[in-house]
Amino acid sequence: MNPETSRRLLFDMLRIRSVEETIAARYGEQKMRCPTHLSVGQEAVAAAAGAALRPTDLAVSGHRAHAHYLAKGGRLKAMIAEIYGKVTGCARGKGGSMHLVDESVGFMGSTAIVGGTVPVGVGLSYPMKLNNTGQISCVFLGDAVPETGVFFESVNFAVVKQLPVLFLCENNGYSVYSPLSVRQPPGRKLYELVAGFGLETHHGDGNDARAVYAALSEGVAAIRGGEGPRFYEFETYRWREHCGPMYDNDLGYRSVAEYEAWKLRDPVLALQRALITEAIVTDADVADMQAEIDAEIEEAFAFAESSPFPPPEDAFTDVYASAAG
Amino acid sequence: MATSFAAAIRDGLATALAADDDVICFGLGTDDPKGVFGTTLDLHKQFGPDRVFDMPTSEAAMTGFAIGAALNGMRPVLTHQRLDFALLSLDQLVNNAAKWRFMFGGKRGVPITIRMIIGRGWGQGPTHSQSLQSWFAHIPGLKVVMPTTAEDAKTLLLGAIFDDDPVIFLEHRWLHNMKGEVPAGDVREPLGKARVVRSGDAVTIVAMSYMTVEALHAVDHLAAQGIACDLIDLRSIRPLDWPTVITSVQKTGRLLALDSGHLTGGVAGEIVARIATDHFASLKSAPQRLAAPDVPEATSPALTKNYHVRAEHIADAVGRMLGRDVETASLVAQRTFPHDVPGTWFSGPF
Repeated sequence: MNPETSRRLLFDMLRIRSVEETIAARYGEQKMRCPTHLSVGQEAVAAAAGAALRPTDLAVSGHRAHAHYLAKGGRLKAMIAEIYGKVTGCARGKGGSMHLVDESVGFMGSTAIVGGTVPVGVGLSYPMKLNNTGQISCVFLGDAVPETGVFFESVNFAVVKQLPVLFLCENNGYSVYSPLSVRQPPGRKLYELVAGFGLETHHGDGNDARAVYAALSEGVAAIRGGEGPRFYEFETYRWREHCGPMYDNDLGYRSVAEYEAWKLRDPVLALQRALITEAIVTDADVADMQAEIDAEIEEAFAFAESSPFPPPEDAFTDVYASAAG
Repeated sequence: MATSFAAAIRDGLATALAADDDVICFGLGTDDPKGVFGTTLDLHKQFGPDRVFDMPTSEAAMTGFAIGAALNGMRPVLTHQRLDFALLSLDQLVNNAAKWRFMFGGKRGVPITIRMIIGRGWGQGPTHSQSLQSWFAHIPGLKVVMPTTAEDAKTLLLGAIFDDDPVIFLEHRWLHNMKGEVPAGDVREPLGKARVVRSGDAVTIVAMSYMTVEALHAVDHLAAQGIACDLIDLRSIRPLDWPTVITSVQKTGRLLALDSGHLTGGVAGEIVARIATDHFASLKSAPQRLAAPDVPEATSPALTKNYHVRAEHIADAVGRMLGRDVETASLVAQRTFPHDVPGTWFSGPF
């Protein structure tokens, strides 16, 4: 991997981490008045995907989409303003944290129903295939999605038509508070299950950003080359609560030991240490990155705070293409 | 030359496929030897397998697929041989198709058309006969179209395909063989306009889809007895053409709303409620409605005999509203084929 990509991965991961931690820190102000699903601890897969995909590739995601949106090139100001419910938000206040969109960078939308965007991502790829556009469609999903019928229906059709789709699964082990052990039989691996549909599937450490990038780069090239869809599963871990800014280990649904073990494998810190050891970046470089990120975040929150709310009449618009309906 | 409703649908699909390369057409059996009751017959030969194709039995995924393809520039038409099968796709219809434009602040809509065929009689039974237009019409963001005539089948289908919103296009199986004049060419009817089929001043009868046919028999039978009714064929359930309904009620002072769906929570109830709440002063008598009973449709012909609203029930209701006795025995006597088929042309198997 070239140093430039390594630095980009570190920058993007630091940026996602800092954005999420700032949301957590300021959530209690009650100005962000919508459910937010933070992905602190899961930054590596999003950053690697953002680096492996092109801006012209399309992507969809689910309820925990901040990182995917930012990594794909989405605008931080528009995202924070959306969470604040402001008219300057990426969905003009209609969507909030769970409904992010920035078509200018190929982020076609994230929605709140588990599995809901999987077939949409497959549909996005159909014109790509028919018109040989060289694009691919990336479907970000969590480990609960391969429990939904629509996921298997979608994978099957993508294989039938050999569509250019990257199914990208972040397995953080939990669906809300339900562990995989109550959702899948012992010993089953999602990537092995999905392989039964006749597509190449891969599995890896979701906290090793460079390894994820290497795997995805190879996969994206293959999909782009017309080899049909692929499924990638990366294991990672959600640090904070399922929904909201706090920690939820007090609930007892996961052990503190498990949590501490994953925290020791902090994907951001791991990459930062490795790149410093390898002399790809210096401590000063990291400080510069952090300063740039902090300034951007401060600006984005100020933008969100100072932006106007949508006018009340906007509650009745955007239902149909024209006013009638 | 008279054309059947089913042939008019096929004509509409072929016209749309020819007019715009972004139109695609798929569904279970789309390219099979029966071609969905003839409505898609051989279109794949003319337009190729990339644009007209069969699909896995995956209603939810294929609806989401249609949404994704639409977001990337296409105008997909998905067909379900029975409405009941489409229930597997409600999440995609309600949470994605209907909401996309709204939840992303108007960035992009979903110009998809979902055809669903409603069965009735001849043993269609509890899961092949449901007339659930009120479900879809309840969802802001969806449009719901129910043509009656062959002409409307083509022109409203073209209107639906080239409409920029998601449209649920409900075809009644009992209309597929009904014939009528159908205009040639790319004739797109905008959605949301009702048609006044018969004019009169006694009672306003609002109908949709196959109920319009039963209502026509009733209205013509009543006319011979000196009772002239306004008969409105809604054609579109959402948007609903309120001005046409209101204008008629203001003229007649009486409203009879018909519904092919169940009574509770149905479209007829909505029409009665809207007129009663907003135009009470126009009414000379309590508004009435006739709909399917609140039980599923059974399979045995013995159990469906009194299930559906027919012309004689409509004529009776009109008589009651006017305080007049009306004769219906001759209307019933005219029927030369069993109660559970739309005509002698229908002998199954599905």
